Amino acid sequence: MSEERSSEHGKNQLSFKDRPIKILLAKPGIDGHDRGILVLAKAFRDAGMEVIYAGLLPTPEQVVETAINEDVDVVALSLLNGAHMTVFKKVADLMKERGVNDIAIVGGGTIPDADKPKLEKLGISGNYGPGTPISVIIDHVTKRAMEARKLKESGQ
Amino acid sequence: MSSNTNFYSKKLDEIRDQTPRTNSEYDSWRKRTLQEWNQKTGYRDREYINSSGIELKEVYTPEDIPQDTESRLLGMPGEYPFTRGVYPNMYRGKLWTMRMFSGFGTPEDTNRRLKYLIQHGESGLSIAFDMPTLYGFDCDNPRSDGEIGKCGVNVTSLKDMEVIFRGIDLSKVSTSMTINAPAAILTAMYIAVGKKKKIPISDLAGTVQADILKEYIAQKEWIYPPEAHLRLIRDMMTYCTENMPKWNYISISGYHIREAGSSAVQELAFTLADGFYYVDMGIKAGLDVDEFAPRLSFFFNSSINFFEEIAKMRAARRIWATVLKEKFGAKKPRTLLLRFHTQTSGYTLTWQQPLNNIIRTTIEAMAAVLGGTQSLHTNSYDEAWALPSEEAVKIALRTQQIIAEETGVPDVIDPLGGSYYVEWLTNRMEEEAYRYFDEIERMGGILDAVKAGYIQKEIAATSYRRQIRLEEGKEIMVGVNKYTEKEDQPINILKISKAAQKQQLERIRNVKKTRDQLKVDRALQELEDAMRKDDVNTMPFILKAVEAYATIEEISNVGRKVFGTWKEPVIV
Repeated sequence: MSEERSSEHGKNQLSFKDRPIKILLAKPGIDGHDRGILVLAKAFRDAGMEVIYAGLLPTPEQVVETAINEDVDVVALSLLNGAHMTVFKKVADLMKERGVNDIAIVGGGTIPDADKPKLEKLGISGNYGPGTPISVIIDHVTKRAMEARKLKESGQ
Repeated sequence: MSSNTNFYSKKLDEIRDQTPRTNSEYDSWRKRTLQEWNQKTGYRDREYINSSGIELKEVYTPEDIPQDTESRLLGMPGEYPFTRGVYPNMYRGKLWTMRMFSGFGTPEDTNRRLKYLIQHGESGLSIAFDMPTLYGFDCDNPRSDGEIGKCGVNVTSLKDMEVIFRGIDLSKVSTSMTINAPAAILTAMYIAVGKKKKIPISDLAGTVQADILKEYIAQKEWIYPPEAHLRLIRDMMTYCTENMPKWNYISISGYHIREAGSSAVQELAFTLADGFYYVDMGIKAGLDVDEFAPRLSFFFNSSINFFEEIAKMRAARRIWATVLKEKFGAKKPRTLLLRFHTQTSGYTLTWQQPLNNIIRTTIEAMAAVLGGTQSLHTNSYDEAWALPSEEAVKIALRTQQIIAEETGVPDVIDPLGGSYYVEWLTNRMEEEAYRYFDEIERMGGILDAVKAGYIQKEIAATSYRRQIRLEEGKEIMVGVNKYTEKEDQPINILKISKAAQKQQLERIRNVKKTRDQLKVDRALQELEDAMRKDDVNTMPFILKAVEAYATIEEISNVGRKVFGTWKEPVIV
């Protein structure tokens, strides 16, 4: 691989479209339930994505800051403490405030069906609960990442 | 110092030496009868392993267990090594305590729920706290926005605890509080509430979880670095040993380790390793092991693999008795007893077809009773969705009552004792646990293993493997990856309104307006001075601050200033 890279300078980098999906995983509330997010971190990595895990207890501000600095395609938020309507919304609001529209936001955790349309309206999609097959989540993240890429391309 | 052998590696060798190597009866039966039958009639070709990765045979025989099993490994109930139970009469003496974990919304909501449970025959209170409380944040901290009362009750100051226990006679109940990082603060608040009710501190009965090691391992609710928390726990241990004979100050918890994704044997091994650490700490603090170790109790998960859970609980009792006696030199029989609370597994509850969860909980509860638990919480069927509704909690409590009163299961002690399979599995679980103890010892002990992220990585790896097995259909969850149905959310769930937050904010505003600020400031300054001196017990200072109505965050901030905070090692 390294030989290939050095053979033709400039062409060694993957084109924008072929670059692996870059995803930030975060639990932006006061919540230590990290079983699901750790499983997904590994699963996304095994699926070839570039994964950044924000660790525990980041504030919504820190999540948005990291997402922008790292220029990720997707931010995946997880909460199992019932605070998603407040905290996920804060992340979405801050993104909007910062004028970011080319980073997709997806959610997951213990989210009642009644809350899902409200989150969708804020641009937070997925909102998968326990028991969701990983493949479903990966497909959704990939779809949202591609949409974000398109916006990124059109913005360039 | 020889690093190749330690207490645990020697025990491991001992166990291996005593394990039968051959099983001629089984081998000849396979050749004689089984193989032909399988060929003729077919068989379900799959892996037969349990959550701990232990491979299972079709059947077990006397040759699978050591010949002196009865005399050496079992003993009689209430006798060393306590494999069959910690008490001579077990449930004929007293049924297990039916302890339903509850707590949500405002202190008023929780007070009502506790009274409801007492009225329906519950014999011990158990309180859940919300996330801000567990992490030492006040309700008016911006970070707490949206979290108030969501996962338990919110406690910001002593005022809230006074409301939770309003009209409840603290001399008649025992109270278990699931609180860890701020355990000393909540214990102090409980003492203060008792004082106001004129109940002598020595009459207060209950348990705080306070097992901080498993926080770094699994539940991830800490405030300071591990050493700081351990020091505060040491202070609480010393204080309670002197003043509160009925207070169990550490509930060493495997529950969360399991929920975080560990196997049964990992739960067993990591939990007991944590326990050994606390015993060692108490001895180093100058306490007599026979004085304080009897106050340590345990908290296990009962998951869905029935016999594996029972074997785990039996092995736990034997390991604890053996290690306390042989390694820590405990002399009194009471010191050797591993008494434990059990909760059925939240992880096994499914979001899909939630009524099936009643069945899962029943099976898990049955395993806990057969495993000899001292108290039990049964989960409610709606808990994959939200905090349980009153109706769901009642069914969960009734599940225990049916097992206790109708099935005859509690009538005979350790009814599975002597089952070749259960005895073999108990021995295997024990062996695997010692393998982990040995490994942890070689890493410098559990604290170093946790700080290095080793334990967390072991759990994450098991959890991921299990998820992949589910995805591949090698493991089944009914309604999730087999027998699925398309359905809408079919049950009513408990909603916590934002009113709880509003009410809490109002209360803390009032508390701050009416309290004597000078008294608060002085108490916090004295606490800081105490925290800075390792040989001073912080407990009386925390009590003083609490009684001055200093808030949980104000008190925690003193520690944050003195000890700093903590960022966990990289797990993934």
